[in-house]
Amino acid sequence: MIEIDAISKRYDGVPVVDNVSMVIEPRTVTVVVGTSGSGKTTLIRMINRLVEASEGAIRLDGEDNRSIPGYELRRRIGYAIQGHGLFPHRTVAQNIATVPGLLGWKKARIDAKVEELLTLFQLEPKTFGPRYPHELSGGQQQRVGVARALAAEPNVLLMDEPFGALDPIIRAKAQEDLLAIQKHFGTTIVLVTHDMNEAFHLADKIAVMDKGGVVQYGPPAELVRSPATPFVETLIGDAERPFRLLSIAKTGAAAEPGDADGAPISEDRSQQEALADLIWSGRDALPVISKNGVPMGRVTLDAILKRAARPR
Amino acid sequence: MCQHGPGAQASGFFIGGESLIGRDGLRVRFDKLGIVIALLAAYGALWSSFATLKPNRIVQGKAGSMLDSLPAWAGWALIGVLVVAIAAALFRASPWIKLIAAVAALAALTLSIGYAATFLTPAGNTYARVSPASGFWILLFAFALLAADAITRLDPPPGMRVLFLLLAAVAIGALLMSGSWNGLSIMKEYSGRADVFWVEAGKHVELALGSLFAAVLVGLPLGILCHRVAPLRDGVLNTLNLVQTIPSIALFGVLIAPLGWIATNVPGAAAIGIRGIGVAPAFVALFLYSLLPVVANTVVGLAGVPRAANDAARGIGMTGRQRLFKIEFPLALPVILTAIRIVLVQNIGMATIAALIGGGGFGVFVFQGIGQTAMDLVLLGAVPTVVLAFASAVVLDALIEMNSLVPNGARSA
Ligand SMILES: Nc1ncnc2c1ncn2[C@@H]1O[C@H](COP(=O)(O)OP(=O)(O)OP(=O)(O)O)[C@@H](O)[C@H]1O
Ligand SMILES: [Mg+2]
Repeated sequence: MIEIDAISKRYDGVPVVDNVSMVIEPRTVTVVVGTSGSGKTTLIRMINRLVEASEGAIRLDGEDNRSIPGYELRRRIGYAIQGHGLFPHRTVAQNIATVPGLLGWKKARIDAKVEELLTLFQLEPKTFGPRYPHELSGGQQQRVGVARALAAEPNVLLMDEPFGALDPIIRAKAQEDLLAIQKHFGTTIVLVTHDMNEAFHLADKIAVMDKGGVVQYGPPAELVRSPATPFVETLIGDAERPFRLLSIAKTGAAAEPGDADGAPISEDRSQQEALADLIWSGRDALPVISKNGVPMGRVTLDAILKRAARPR
Repeated sequence: MCQHGPGAQASGFFIGGESLIGRDGLRVRFDKLGIVIALLAAYGALWSSFATLKPNRIVQGKAGSMLDSLPAWAGWALIGVLVVAIAAALFRASPWIKLIAAVAALAALTLSIGYAATFLTPAGNTYARVSPASGFWILLFAFALLAADAITRLDPPPGMRVLFLLLAAVAIGALLMSGSWNGLSIMKEYSGRADVFWVEAGKHVELALGSLFAAVLVGLPLGILCHRVAPLRDGVLNTLNLVQTIPSIALFGVLIAPLGWIATNVPGAAAIGIRGIGVAPAFVALFLYSLLPVVANTVVGLAGVPRAANDAARGIGMTGRQRLFKIEFPLALPVILTAIRIVLVQNIGMATIAALIGGGGFGVFVFQGIGQTAMDLVLLGAVPTVVLAFASAVVLDALIEMNSLVPNGARSA
């Protein structure tokens, strides 16, 4: 658990992060969004004390983050820097091995970890391990940056726009991988992004920042249903609202008994995907099946449209 | 550096060369630098004298051409080799051919000048001196230029350049050992003072390397400090800049008084060689001159470390010291090595002046030679200095290149 308690950061008296309080539950993904310069980077850098707060306190599992030296704190917290920040004179494998090395892991364990992470991010270890960062594409560099942040299996992972340079396909894959890793290790992730789709896809909770303050902090659905300020409303986008709602709900939740013709949809697809399928195939209803392929009834266009309407 | 990769070579054919269309339509292509080298060599061979014979070591002598200075067969042989080498320089050809031609010409020149000495010196006359005349030096320069150009175009990896240097050193060593130069005036100057020569050579290297070593020892931490403590930077760099502008003779003079005072007033100082004149002020002066490049390049090198890399290093939990040694320092190393190269070459040259205040080194021969108007003695001091400076430049350049391969990616530097 990360408790951010009335934290502020001022540069020359000007507040950049202003009296922010929020509690980040363990093993969840919190996404921080907001315009450029709203203080997102500064906020997450105060968690690992790359930026020292002017006021307030941050507690990790109840322990003040100033109770141990900064560098020790940072070895426990994974950090994927905005941009990739790879060390240009070290190979990909050496870059990823940095924190385990600092922590004094055995070589065999480090090597295994490096290989595991490279494979996970679809970078063939034999090919990419010995390369230098300048020999990678921007997207590959970014994945190595994330792999480096994950290397020591940290409980808390801070990610500053980690997927900005990825193409949509790799990005979707990287997001799935991140969620899988998060489930597997129970990591608490705080991620900054400008991409609202990414935010809605990944977040358990979204924090919206504006001019140094957190103007709303809550589950994605809540942001759509009751935006706290006009700024949040614009950020979500008038035209996107219904689809955002559908995108965070599963088809299974809209299923009802009954039959339908044509290709079925899996219960774990989003309702947005179900809607797209309905429109595209020109049907009124789709058969729904469970993850194991067991029929679960159907989902109708009507039901989906109701769920997309403004909640009252 | 001239970048002619193997691929560029083919297309460069038409870019760099003047072309003439012959009667049969065959293109004859000239190499621009080759034209300069050929003109230079022709001037050296035809209109300048090759060797000078002097009745003794200090009077003016009589200079003669190649054919005057060598027996006919040797003279013509030399001319033959030179003509072929000039042709190789003149026309567009593979750099290897040019390199071989240049090496052959240089070998022919150095062997001939030794032979000329034996040939010109009247039998049994121990006063007469033979030394290379302007033509020899011009030819030497022309073909050294050809060799350098060829090597540049070959763009050899750093290791290979050091190998070339070693080969040249071995060749020169063999030439000197073979005794074929023993008749030359400069070697006669040497044989008279062989012991002193090596003692002074040792002092020279000690002075140049020692002051460099001290400058690195002090300059690196000072540079790091300046990098981390911004307010210090301008003050330190400006002070060192000021030192750099003091003429060396003046600096020696300025140092005599304080060092003399230390020698007499600090117990033990005199015992470790600190004196107002001699090695101590020379060492201190070279050290002071060396500081600016080392400190300035350390600061520049550290400032050039990508911010993101530094930030990431902090972000993943490196301590200040780990960041310095694992990230900043390796990334700044090529720039720092460049400073060391500058300083080493500069020190090897400047150490010559140390002789003025009794500091020893090759300068001893230079100043003795000037005093006695014996030019060959001057050369005995000057030539090894130049060779030493050149060799260290090649070695350090190679080192720098090896070190910048990785961070800069492609071999662009
Ligand atoms: N070291 C600093 N000194 C002074 N001002 C700073 C410093 N670091 C950040 N700021 C200012 O603080 C504000 C917030 O910066 P921050 O990097 O947190 O923004 P951000 O929300 O991450 O923006 P972006 O989306 O562009 O990355 C900006 O106006 C920035 O200029
Ligand atoms: Mg930012």
